[in-house]
Amino acid sequence: MAAILEVNRLSAWYGPIRALFELNLTIEEGGVTALLGANGAGKTTTLRAICNMVRRSGTTKMGGTDITKRSTEDIVRLGVAHVPEGRGTFVALTVEENLRLAFHIRKDRKAAERDMELVFAYFPRLKERLHQQAGTLSGGEQQMLAIGRALMLGPKLMLLDEPSFGLAPLVVQEIFRILRRINEHERVSMLIVEQNAALALELASHVYLLETGNVVTSGPSAMIRNDETLRKAYLGY
Amino acid sequence: MELFIQQIVAGLTSGAIYACVALGLVMIYVSTDHINFAQGEMAMFATYLAWALIDAGVPYWGAFGATVLIAFVGGLFIQRVLLKPLETAPVLSLVVCFIALLSIFNALAGTIWSYTIKQFPSPFPPKDIFGDGLVSVQQLGVVAVTLIMLGILTVFFRYTTLGLAMRAAAQNAASARLMGVRVSWMLALGWGLAASIGGIAGMLVAPIVFLDPNMMTGILVYGFAGALVGGIANPIGAVAGGFIVGVLENLVGSYVIGNELKLTFALIVVVGVLLLKPAGLFGQVIVRRV
Repeated sequence: MAAILEVNRLSAWYGPIRALFELNLTIEEGGVTALLGANGAGKTTTLRAICNMVRRSGTTKMGGTDITKRSTEDIVRLGVAHVPEGRGTFVALTVEENLRLAFHIRKDRKAAERDMELVFAYFPRLKERLHQQAGTLSGGEQQMLAIGRALMLGPKLMLLDEPSFGLAPLVVQEIFRILRRINEHERVSMLIVEQNAALALELASHVYLLETGNVVTSGPSAMIRNDETLRKAYLGY
Repeated sequence: MELFIQQIVAGLTSGAIYACVALGLVMIYVSTDHINFAQGEMAMFATYLAWALIDAGVPYWGAFGATVLIAFVGGLFIQRVLLKPLETAPVLSLVVCFIALLSIFNALAGTIWSYTIKQFPSPFPPKDIFGDGLVSVQQLGVVAVTLIMLGILTVFFRYTTLGLAMRAAAQNAASARLMGVRVSWMLALGWGLAASIGGIAGMLVAPIVFLDPNMMTGILVYGFAGALVGGIANPIGAVAGGFIVGVLENLVGSYVIGNELKLTFALIVVVGVLLLKPAGLFGQVIVRRV
């Protein structure tokens, strides 16, 4: 299968502290790739580095085009939707305004309106809360809103940073079910960062295992799932 | 009774000008989360430009339009050149920068055009509306211009995606970038708009107080008071606040404390609002679930 995103020798720094050490990743088009590892392994940093939100070196290519030097805004406009850690809700805007913000960069108004309906089809809860201040939504609803905002960008690739964070198990399951449907029906490729390894292994087809800024191993998720040593050493179950 | 009505009308007129200044403050606050202390001096400088144009023979409305445009570009320029390098700087650095801008504009205007006061023409005929000396065309015109401006801005921020993008950029810059919004340009746009609004405020006030480099100093304080009373994050609130401060100032000045203490009154209002209702009368308290 073709790669939608190729990351070569990606390193990243926070001030003088190096967080990533020459990572190589290939994200398959149409698939779900998971990035797993303990706290501080560099999972979030990897997503940030792809979007040029931290100081980094190396190259990132999307569908063959080099996007290394592009600004965060341009990378987003090229079709990378990043659902950030902490959900990035615009708390003082209404739910509708949070979603409509995408119209600012969408040239195809009609398609954007269709995407809005699509978001409501996946997350009917958001439609019920349309005119509510987004800051008043529950954690799960805000996560849905964050994914909805990403969908509104009409993305080719979604980067999801811990969509399960701080949510009740039932809500997490619902969100992961919807993510699977989005991946299958909208043909959106996904790169997902998760602490909840079991859940991520279920959704993803391919897995990268990170430890202190290095790729320890990678392979089909079935392989990782069945390798008890790996699971115990890095995923803790 | 007649005096009372006259005071109210005069209050509404000066209130309209405070409202304009407050709108400029709100514009920068909404788009960058900062209070621009140079707002008044920027307005004064723009007014001098208008004066120079009119002095050179440009008709009033031509000079008006040109000034609004030049001010917009100037505001954009200030943000791109002076403030962009400070985007990640702490708030205090910015405050110092704003105060520096204030004295720079003041000194520049004084150097270029001298400190002697100048007469500034009014676009409105010196006539009464009802012929009884209560409401002049000038007063009505000032209020009308302010309300029209408020209408345009409200529509812009509420119903256009560019306005929405500006609000989003101010609220959460990182998240706005992830929605593809060019945050840095949104800030510049906010500065441009604020400078234009300031220019309009200056051109409205100059025929009343005469043009000199210090003409906006006191007015800025009233503008602050108005913005705070109404809610610094809300254009409609800021305009309402400007009108409230204008009317109160006139009534309190003529019936209670006399003209000398009017400015003190504005400062008391500022402190009072901050103590009792920090979000302002019309301010939206942002709810955040944790």
